[in-house]
Amino acid sequence: MYPSRFQYEAPRSIEEAIALLHKGGGEAKVLAGGQSLVPMLKLRFASPEMLVDINNIPDLDYLRVDSDGTLRIGALCRHADLEKSMVLETHQPTMAAAAPLVSDPIVRNRGTLVGSLCHADPQGDWASVMVAVDGHIVAQGPKGRRSIPVSELMKGPFQTVLAYDELAIEAVVPAPKGVAAGGYLKLERRVGDFATVGVAVAIETTDGSVVRAGIGLTGVGGSTINAKDAASALVGAPLSAASIARAGELAAQAAQPRSDHRGGATYKRHIVSTFVARILNEVAESKGKAA
Amino acid sequence: MSSLYVEVSPEPASDVPVRRVTITVNGEPRTADVEPRLLLAHLLRSGFGLTGTHTGCDTTNCGVCTVLFDGTPIKSCTMLAVQADGHEVLTVEGLAGASELHPIQEAFKDEHGLQCGFCTPGMMLTAKAFLEDNPDPTEDEVRWALSGNMCRCTGYQNIVKSVLAAAEMLRAKAGN
Repeated sequence: MYPSRFQYEAPRSIEEAIALLHKGGGEAKVLAGGQSLVPMLKLRFASPEMLVDINNIPDLDYLRVDSDGTLRIGALCRHADLEKSMVLETHQPTMAAAAPLVSDPIVRNRGTLVGSLCHADPQGDWASVMVAVDGHIVAQGPKGRRSIPVSELMKGPFQTVLAYDELAIEAVVPAPKGVAAGGYLKLERRVGDFATVGVAVAIETTDGSVVRAGIGLTGVGGSTINAKDAASALVGAPLSAASIARAGELAAQAAQPRSDHRGGATYKRHIVSTFVARILNEVAESKGKAA
Repeated sequence: MSSLYVEVSPEPASDVPVRRVTITVNGEPRTADVEPRLLLAHLLRSGFGLTGTHTGCDTTNCGVCTVLFDGTPIKSCTMLAVQADGHEVLTVEGLAGASELHPIQEAFKDEHGLQCGFCTPGMMLTAKAFLEDNPDPTEDEVRWALSGNMCRCTGYQNIVKSVLAAAEMLRAKAGN
């Protein structure tokens, strides 16, 4: 399969990339890891007039923690970099759990977290994770930079609120308010398939009590789902069997799954509540052991 | 064989500028003029005649087109040839030495790690990068590392055995 013809540009700076996107007038696409875009070009689901390949822009592949605990992931940080990172394990366990579950090992060598967010596939793992950890992206355009919470980034399937001449340069996760815990679970028929269901849960606790919680759902709606009510049910008290069950129930209600070849809607809702409970029970158990 | 590749299929449009790229393939610099939409897998196969890199699903699922890009396994059907400009690519043709097979090839032969052979180049290249990172893996780690490469003969058992045997051979060699 061959993509349609396009003009190829490989800028060496963020400013140059933005100027090209601006010139492209909405007919240009950013190429980062390309693990979703290139297949779409080949299938001709996408046929942009211009590709702006950002792989030659230096210093965008970082993964770092600022002194105040803020985590920053550059636009060229690959899934494999996140998977191998020791930083995530202690700092953002929900992200650490998700990194090895994104697609397959070869795709992870090339694909990027920021690219996955901008691709806005409702089946994308990182968007749910970033919703759970309250992440945002920094977008730069001709008029400067702005922050967009990941929960507000997706407009719908494959659609974001990014302007055509804005480039997402990094994803940012604020420092946890207390001790960060959580996880990501994904049901897939085989490695690399789209998720039947994915669930990201992140909680932050101070003195045993949950001070912040976030739950994001993958693949059970037209867009990434922010299960706000389910997360709220956990805040203000230590985790308990009752609060965990309630969060699972509310998350299943927030899901909008469709019955398809991967499973029925009822089944998918059941998986959502099961995964929420499984992640939270594990967190509660490990806390019990630590205490 | 000419190392200059000017023809892509379908014919390049006159208004689409071709780009000159130089890629170090199996240690040798190769130069080609390519249309930006040409995929790396197609340049390797049709342009450079290196048909050891196979194309299977063409949708980034199967991993048979895996090559090492600056030492890292990537799916060459999911990278544009222009993106490889200035980089190093290793294909299965570059694995063996002048007179002897690479230990990974040796191990695949000894352990019957191939049936039809279609997935084998991708399997071996993924295994090469993996064993450099993890010279003494467990069986589970091998299975995990190969999870992006599919074998439609479903001959995974012997593929895993081959990679474990290759690890042993490579460790023995490194110890000498």
